Amino acid sequence: MKTRYSFGGDEHVFVEMDEEMSLEAFFKALSMSNAVRDAAIDGVTEICPANASFQVKFDPDRIKPDDMMAEIKALESHAEKAEKRLKTRIVEFPVYYQDPWTHETLMRFRDRHQDPNGSDLDYAARINGFDTVADFITAHHSAPWFVSMVGFVSGLPFLYQLVERKKQLEVPKYVRPRTDTPKQTVGYGGCFSCIYSVRGAGGYQMFGITPVTIFDPKQETSYLKDFMVFFKPGDIVKFSPIDRDEYDSILAEVEANRFTPKIKEVEFDLEAFEADHDGTNAKLMGALNVG
Amino acid sequence: MSVKVVNPGLFTTIQDLGRPGYFHLGIPISGGMDRLAVRAANLLVGNDEGAAVLESAFMGPTLEFESDATVAVTGADIPPKVDGEEQPTWTAFKVKAGQVVSFDYLRAGARAYIAISGGIAVPSYLGSRSTYLIGALGGVDGRAVGIGDMLPLGDGKPGREGRSVPEKLRRLPGNPAELRVLPGLYWRLLTEEAGRNFFEDEWKVAPEADRMGVRFRGGREMSFVEREQPFGAGSDPSNIVDGCYSYGSVQVPGGKEPIVLHRDAVSGGGYFTLGAVISADMDLIGQLQPHTPTRFVPVTMDEALTARADRTRLYQELKKELA
Repeated sequence: MKTRYSFGGDEHVFVEMDEEMSLEAFFKALSMSNAVRDAAIDGVTEICPANASFQVKFDPDRIKPDDMMAEIKALESHAEKAEKRLKTRIVEFPVYYQDPWTHETLMRFRDRHQDPNGSDLDYAARINGFDTVADFITAHHSAPWFVSMVGFVSGLPFLYQLVERKKQLEVPKYVRPRTDTPKQTVGYGGCFSCIYSVRGAGGYQMFGITPVTIFDPKQETSYLKDFMVFFKPGDIVKFSPIDRDEYDSILAEVEANRFTPKIKEVEFDLEAFEADHDGTNAKLMGALNVG
Repeated sequence: MSVKVVNPGLFTTIQDLGRPGYFHLGIPISGGMDRLAVRAANLLVGNDEGAAVLESAFMGPTLEFESDATVAVTGADIPPKVDGEEQPTWTAFKVKAGQVVSFDYLRAGARAYIAISGGIAVPSYLGSRSTYLIGALGGVDGRAVGIGDMLPLGDGKPGREGRSVPEKLRRLPGNPAELRVLPGLYWRLLTEEAGRNFFEDEWKVAPEADRMGVRFRGGREMSFVEREQPFGAGSDPSNIVDGCYSYGSVQVPGGKEPIVLHRDAVSGGGYFTLGAVISADMDLIGQLQPHTPTRFVPVTMDEALTARADRTRLYQELKKELA
């Protein structure tokens, strides 16, 4: 990994832990952004951790940009030594793959796609070497995912799958971004899955939709009463495939405010995961399915 | 006490100075795109500089007042009228209960800021009344104002009529417009020639310009240094592993049309950015009309800080003038 520092105009310091995505880069970005927060540097206004990078917004009237940069750089060695372990939670998210709503949308924006003659799933399955869309869907939900960034719009999680590199799915973003994406679409771009928290523009390939609300500015949803955004970096997500009937019934439960996602507390240890992917995932799944 | 929206105009939202602190969750800063104009409008009517005002793009609304108030319109030159009688911009004027404020056509700039004594007192979310449309947050139920909305007013003390911001303290972009950019972020992905072209070419503001960002057209397509795309970025050379976007940063999807991210911008994503417009010039972007020829001018950090200090001085003079 090679850390790269840059200014974003006169109000931001941008720090890229690595050009490519890895859990190691994620952990370093997270611990370094935590270190910046703990250091309580005067003039810092926002700290935004991302997948393999983070950004600090500051007030240049209170601290000179060069001094801000120096303060952040001084924290790098500290972050390198930080433990790559998290107390977190695993959450089950039902997904209705190949749903009619994302299908209608992807057909509407076919002229912006790499393969105007198929669907996003056809294309993703083919370029990832799967014989059938069903096999691709299985690969998408059979191993859990790690929330490596929250952002883009209102609490949208970026998810990175907990499998070895050669099993990771990778797809490009749309050639030109769409102007519309259904709310709660499960998307894919680069090596990341995402759940679109609200309806709006998007460039990720669309695979399905979840009936579960993840952003509620009114905070009426029972599990969003404390805060309007559901996800935070480090959360682990297990997608579970559902059909139309299950989708409809879960959606009805969500709308009646009777639904609570299945959530369990877990610990994630990067070294243990790197040493044994399947074993670690089996343990995570065991924790999710207990009781 | 409230103001009735008879006609919302083209695109009118409630904005204040914004909602910092939630960018890490994808909730942008929001707030007026021309913050100097927001502050000036508020000071003119005797409000706190951060009170909520109306931001109108290209066309003004029609508003009916339930009670006496002082009003000021700053930013774009869209002259206000009280019961049909034209009033000067950048100047506080009186509106009596029952009177209607409407607007003439746009003469310069793009966004007008309408401050009313007492400020617009819609509920505050996460510390701000600013409307963030995509997140359905702030303002009136998270949306632009609509016909029949009753906008509540806070306690104000009307009576500063006639006060005016001197010409020399008003700011609109020139034509051609100049935006100063500090190169950085993923600048290194551009070829030397592409970097040179970006600053040499004359760009034009595209019609796709809103609170999220302003797109530019007309310059040469950008070429990228040859390299293998890093894992997780996606195959297009303008793609990166999704990261945070800086406020004001210039992203160029596909190397074609630069987009300068503004106050409602997405907080991150997978397109490369070549640097950022400096803080001193962000207010000007909110006042760009479509098709305005624009040049990007490269500056150093020292020049950016000097420009920022000049901007702060301008604001302090304005405050002294209206004290």
